[in-house]
Amino acid sequence: MTDPIVRPPKKDPQKVTRPPELPPLQRSRAALAMSAAASRGAFELQCCKACGAWMYPARDACPRCLSVDLAWKPAPDGGEVIAETTIRTTVDLYFRQRTPWRVAMVRLDCGPSVVCHLHGDVEVPGRVRMTAQLDKGGNAVIMALPAKRTPNMADDPEFRELTASPKHRRVLVTDGRTAVGQAVVEALVNAGAALVFVGIAEPWKPYPGEDRLKAHENVQTFALDLTDTTSVQDLAGEIGGKTDILINTADHVRPGGILSAPGMITAKDSFDVNVFGLQRLAQAFGPGMVGRGADGTNSAAAFLDVLPVYALANTPDFGIHSATAAARLSMLQCLRSEMRAGGVRVMSVFTGPIEDDWRQPVPPPKVAPAQIARAVIAALEGGIEDSFVGDVAKDVATRFRQDAKVLERELGA
Amino acid sequence: MTRIRTIPRRPYENVAVAVPVSIPYVRYSVESAHWWIARALGELTKRAGLAPADIDGLSVSSFTLSPDTAVGLTQHLGLSPRWLDNIPMGGASGVVALRRAARAVEAGDATIVACVGGDANQVDSFRKLLSSFSRFAQDASYPYGYGGPNGSFALLTDHYMRHFGARREDFGKICVDQRTNALGYPHAIMKKPLTMEDYLGARAIADPIHLFDCVMPCAGSEAFLVTTLDIARDLGLPHARLAATIERHNAFADDPIQMRGGWAMDVDELYAMAGMAPDDIDLVETYDDYPVIVMMQFEDLGFCKKGEGPDFVRSHSFTNDGSFPQNTSGGQLSAGQAGAGGGYLGLVEALRQVTQTALSKQVPDARTALVSGFGMINYDRGLCSGAAILEGVAP
Repeated sequence: MTDPIVRPPKKDPQKVTRPPELPPLQRSRAALAMSAAASRGAFELQCCKACGAWMYPARDACPRCLSVDLAWKPAPDGGEVIAETTIRTTVDLYFRQRTPWRVAMVRLDCGPSVVCHLHGDVEVPGRVRMTAQLDKGGNAVIMALPAKRTPNMADDPEFRELTASPKHRRVLVTDGRTAVGQAVVEALVNAGAALVFVGIAEPWKPYPGEDRLKAHENVQTFALDLTDTTSVQDLAGEIGGKTDILINTADHVRPGGILSAPGMITAKDSFDVNVFGLQRLAQAFGPGMVGRGADGTNSAAAFLDVLPVYALANTPDFGIHSATAAARLSMLQCLRSEMRAGGVRVMSVFTGPIEDDWRQPVPPPKVAPAQIARAVIAALEGGIEDSFVGDVAKDVATRFRQDAKVLERELGA
Repeated sequence: MTRIRTIPRRPYENVAVAVPVSIPYVRYSVESAHWWIARALGELTKRAGLAPADIDGLSVSSFTLSPDTAVGLTQHLGLSPRWLDNIPMGGASGVVALRRAARAVEAGDATIVACVGGDANQVDSFRKLLSSFSRFAQDASYPYGYGGPNGSFALLTDHYMRHFGARREDFGKICVDQRTNALGYPHAIMKKPLTMEDYLGARAIADPIHLFDCVMPCAGSEAFLVTTLDIARDLGLPHARLAATIERHNAFADDPIQMRGGWAMDVDELYAMAGMAPDDIDLVETYDDYPVIVMMQFEDLGFCKKGEGPDFVRSHSFTNDGSFPQNTSGGQLSAGQAGAGGGYLGLVEALRQVTQTALSKQVPDARTALVSGFGMINYDRGLCSGAAILEGVAP
C-alpha cells in the first residue's frame, strides 16, 4: 500500500519555492495523438489497418508490414511488468528534483513493450493496468498501475504528478451563488480539499443554499464580481498565493441568437462574465499559480473551467451563449499554453444543458449540478484535460470529432 | 512469395588492418570533434609514413561533428578521398567501418582507408547529446525519469538478473578484472585499483546499475588503417589479417526485452568465415558500455550457452594473464568512453595485441582476437551489433 500523503505544514516564507521545472517536452508529431487521447482520459495506441499489429512507440509506418495506414485506437490496457529500475541520477532538471523515480518495462498483452512510470504498489514481475496520463508538460506518458486497487494508491508520488488531485489542496470556486458552484464545493470538501474559497457576487443579497455552504468549517466565502477587475484583483491579493486549484463555475446564460434576441446589452453582459471574467481570473491568479507549480504537496495544480459543450458548435436557440462558450474555449487554449511554464493544468469540463431556470424550455436529458461536481472531481483526480459531462455533452463531443461541419448542420437544423 | 537464395559471402582474401592509434582521453576538453579526429589522422599518417594526400578512403564516426559530417571534414582537414563513409552506429562503428573499408580495398575503390572514431566532450555536451539522440528515445524513453543509457541498461540488467540468476558480484568481477587491465594501459582514464568491495559499495545510479557499472564519458579519438596485405608489408607496418566479420541491426525485435544481441543470429557465419572456433581465439574485446552486455556477448559469441553467462564469469578470469583475456586495455569501463571512439577502442587494442605492440600488458602469444561492437539504444535496446576476427601476421 502507498503511504498516505499528509497535509503539509504552514509554509516557511524564508524557504525558496521549488522552481517549476518541466519534464522533457519534445515529441514527434505522431506521438501527439497519444496526448490527444490521454487528454480525454483514453489509453490509445497505434494499430495497423492493414495487418492489425499494435505498435509503440508512435510510428509513421507499421514495423510488421510497412503499411502507412495506421489508426489510433483504444488499446487493451493489461500487461506484465518484466523489469524495473529506480532512477537515482539524471541530468534532467525536472526528474532531478523528484528522484528516486521508479520506471518499468511492461510487455503489453497486445504485443509491444513499453517503458513506463511504475506505481509504487506494483510488484515485479506481475500484472499491471496501463494508463495514459498527461504529464506536467502536457504530453501523454504511460504509467503502470497495480492490476487491483490498493489503499491510498492515488497518493503515489509519481501518480500525483500526473493528476491535480484536490486532496490537501486549497481551491477557489468562483461562483457560490449557483447550485453548480455549491455542488462543486461540497464535492471538494468530500474529496479532501484542505480549504475551499468561494466567490460570491453581491454577497449582501441572500441566496439559496447560503446557510449550508457556510456551515462547512473548511469553506470560506469572499466577495467576488467577475465583471469587476478590481474585485478579482483584490481577491487574488488576499488568497492568490495559496490558491492551488481554481474552478470557474460562473456562466451567464440567456436564451436567444443574433436575430432572435436583438440588441447588445445581454450579449455584452454574457461576454463580460463568461469570457472577460475568465480572462480577469487568469490574469489575477495565473502568474502566482505558475510560480507555485512545483511547490510540494499543495503546489498549484489546475485552472479548471466548467463551460457549455456548445463551445464546440453553436446551438442557435442559445446562440450568443454558445458564442461566449466558443470564445471561452479559445481563451482556455491560450491559457493552457501559457500556464504550461508552471506545469499547471488548464482543464475544461464541458456540460450539456444544466437543469436551471433559464433552460426550462430545453428538452431533457439535462445535467444535474451533482453530476457536474462529480465530473470536476474526476477530472482533477484523473488529470483529464477535456471531460464531457452528461449525455448531451458526450453526444456533441462524439459528433464533433466525427465531423464538425455535420454537427453544425445538425444543431442548426 | 519467391524465396530468395542468400548469396554466399566471399571471404576476405587480401585485407590488412594496421597502425592502431589512440589519442589519450581526457574527461572534459574544450576541443572540438574536428580537433580530436585531426589528431588521430595526423598520428595515423605519421606512423604509417604516409602523407595526408595518400589517404584515398576515409571513414568517420562521431556524435559531435554537428553540423558537419564526414563531408565537411574533408574540406576542414584538406583531404581528398575517392571513397568516403560516415557511420553513425555508436559502439558498432569500429567493426562496421572495418567491414566497409575492407570491401572498398578489395574492390579497388580505395587503397589506403583511414578509419577514425572520436568525439569532443565539453562540459554539458553529454546532456545535449542525449536530448537529441533519437525520435523513439525522445518520445518514449526520456520522459520516463530521463535516466539515459543508465536507465535503459538498468532495465535490461534487472531482467537478465531475474531470468538467468546473475548476481552483482558477477558483473563486479568483469569490472574489477578490466580495471586490473586498465592499470597496465597508460591512456586509461581510471588510474586507481578497483576492489570488489569498492564495486559493491558504490552508490546506486539506476538500480541495479551502480557507479562502477557505468562508463565515464570523455573526449578522445581512435583510428586504424585498412589496406591490402602486400601494401602493409611494403610499408613495413605490423598488421593483422582480417579473417571474418558480421553485422546485424534490430535483431530479435519480438523479444519483449533485450536478452541477446544480433551476434546470436550470425555467430556461426563469423567462425565459419574465419575457419576458426571459439577455442581458437586468444583474446576478446567486447563492447562494454555496461557489464551485462559483456555477459550477453560471452553467450551470443559462442563462448558459452545462453543463460550460462554468470557461470562462465564465475569460472574464468578476465585479466590479460587470466584464463580468458578480455578488454585488455580496460574497456570503456576503465579506459573511458570517447563517444563513437568507444566503438573503436576494442578494435584498436586488439590490433596492438595481435601485432605484439601492446601498450597494456601483452597477452602472451596473442595471435587471434575477436572484437565485438554494439550500439545505439534507439528506444529500449541496442540495435547495432557486429564482430570481427583479426589474425596477427608475423613480420
